[in-house]
Amino acid sequence: MTIDTADAATAADAPQQAAGAHTSPPPARRRRRHRVQGQWWVPWAFLAPALLLFLIFRYIPMGQAIGMSVENVRPYLGNEYVGMQNYQTILASPSFRDAAVNTLILAVGQTAGCLLLGFLLALLLEGQTRKLSFIRSAAFLPVVVPMAVVAELWRIMYHPSADGFLNSIIGLVGLGPSEFINSPDSSMWSIMVMGIWRGGPYDMMIILAGLAGIDRGLYEAATIDGAGRWQRIRHVTLPGLRPVFTILFILAAIRGFRVFTEVYLMTNGGPNGSTEVIMTLLYKLGLEQQKLGVGSAGAVLLFLATLVLTLVVQLLLRKKKDA
Amino acid sequence: MSVGTDTALGLTESRTVVGIGVKVVLYALVVVLFAGPLLALLSGAFSEVSDPTELSVIPNRPTLENFSVAVDFGVLGYLMNSFFVVGFGLLMQVVVSVLAGYALARKRFRFSALALVAILATMMLPDEILALPLSILLADLPLVHINLMGTLAGMIVPIGAWAFSILVMTEFMKDVPLELEEAARIDGASELRVFAQIIVPLCKPALGVIGVFGFTMIWDQYLLPLLVSTSSATYTLPLALRTLRIEPEVTPGVVMAASLLALAPSVIVFLLFQRSFARGLTSGALKG
Repeated sequence: MTIDTADAATAADAPQQAAGAHTSPPPARRRRRHRVQGQWWVPWAFLAPALLLFLIFRYIPMGQAIGMSVENVRPYLGNEYVGMQNYQTILASPSFRDAAVNTLILAVGQTAGCLLLGFLLALLLEGQTRKLSFIRSAAFLPVVVPMAVVAELWRIMYHPSADGFLNSIIGLVGLGPSEFINSPDSSMWSIMVMGIWRGGPYDMMIILAGLAGIDRGLYEAATIDGAGRWQRIRHVTLPGLRPVFTILFILAAIRGFRVFTEVYLMTNGGPNGSTEVIMTLLYKLGLEQQKLGVGSAGAVLLFLATLVLTLVVQLLLRKKKDA
Repeated sequence: MSVGTDTALGLTESRTVVGIGVKVVLYALVVVLFAGPLLALLSGAFSEVSDPTELSVIPNRPTLENFSVAVDFGVLGYLMNSFFVVGFGLLMQVVVSVLAGYALARKRFRFSALALVAILATMMLPDEILALPLSILLADLPLVHINLMGTLAGMIVPIGAWAFSILVMTEFMKDVPLELEEAARIDGASELRVFAQIIVPLCKPALGVIGVFGFTMIWDQYLLPLLVSTSSATYTLPLALRTLRIEPEVTPGVVMAASLLALAPSVIVFLLFQRSFARGLTSGALKG
């Protein structure tokens, strides 16, 4: 049906409906008629602000990033096309490769840590009582604290002297003192621990929602069959949570690839490049050294990495569903 | 020993002495682990802390000095910048999401699937990946040629549309019964009237969700304000913490006082609207 006839139909129906108000037309017919009414541009008018903003601040910049990645960007002189040279430059640079490895380590460590912590917390804090919901809220607090504040707080807690906040706590059990973010040996896991502290409770909330969806009858059946607590978690709970884990994994991995704020504030890549990640490197390349072409090539590679990861996980999921 | 079947672990239902003991210890541990550092920040903000080693959960020589030093360094101005950005940014996000959600949820039209994909795909294009071109684009907006660098508007407009909010609105608006809309149309209500007086008022729970998520998302912004700012005049409070820390006269106590001001708004929003948070986490976040 074309738009014109749809309009004509509704226009023609209006008086008929007014006249037939007492007899009320059959609901099925009425529904179909009203679904198609209105002019074609009405939905686009409602969508216009969103699409326009996305065009200007997402799609055009993405196009520009791809454009700059194959150019030698020279302000005031005009850019010149250099083909794949920027990509070759950045892929050949040892600092980019180190940053990619560091990013991967941080992303994998934080993702795994957050999932594990989130799962343990969710198991521990599952339940309906008011006391539990209070404890859950307390545990969730780090998630809503701005990352900049978390970083400043942990910088102070990570003070490297023996009487620093965390050093005096780990000193109680005979550990430390650690240099934390001040030493290349411990800087990476110090940032990782902070990220897990902030990200774990987020995973907890999502996993709790997943736990609520598991059939209680399965628990009862497992108990009747003589399964203990741990067997039940392994054979009933964990399989039931698989979709939740998958989604959290994708989200966390993508977020991990583009980690910036916490590294920028804690170490800015130091000491000695031990925590340099892709985004802190690109920030230095593009915005501090004005190497926009090479920086854009790095950004495009980062985009491709997240795209490939998302597609691979989606494909794996679909295959599993079909099997 | 029988294990309770209300929860996965079965610990919550435990009524034995050992069970209750284990519960109390573990619960206390969780609270200490996550709320402890924040309590230390709270107590540090109100204590004389001249050295990072003096950080403690128990307040030490209570004082308001930290706040007055922070104010001397312009923290109130940064806080106002933050409120300005979050206020207008959130307003824009909510209006844009409600409009787009209405079209996607309640209209059938050609290429609607394409529009949805174009919106979803922006989730793959975060600020981080677009940082370099954004910093050029904001200096000279396409067509209108306005320079937004060094302005608060430059931090607001790019986050004015957020795919997450649009999705939450769309999903919620789909559930509003068609009969309500039909009844209004039969009474002769116009398109805008149906939208503003029937659909939007029924979406208050979804508005709560996109409101609290938008607030914390904008308040947590770091890279975008960093890109846009050309001087400290437009710093938001999270951005100002780092420059404050580098000042030689500033003690950790002052940094913690400013940090407390920077975390208070989003923590308060969370505590007041916990229900909206939970709803958003279980519905929207699972979709991306």
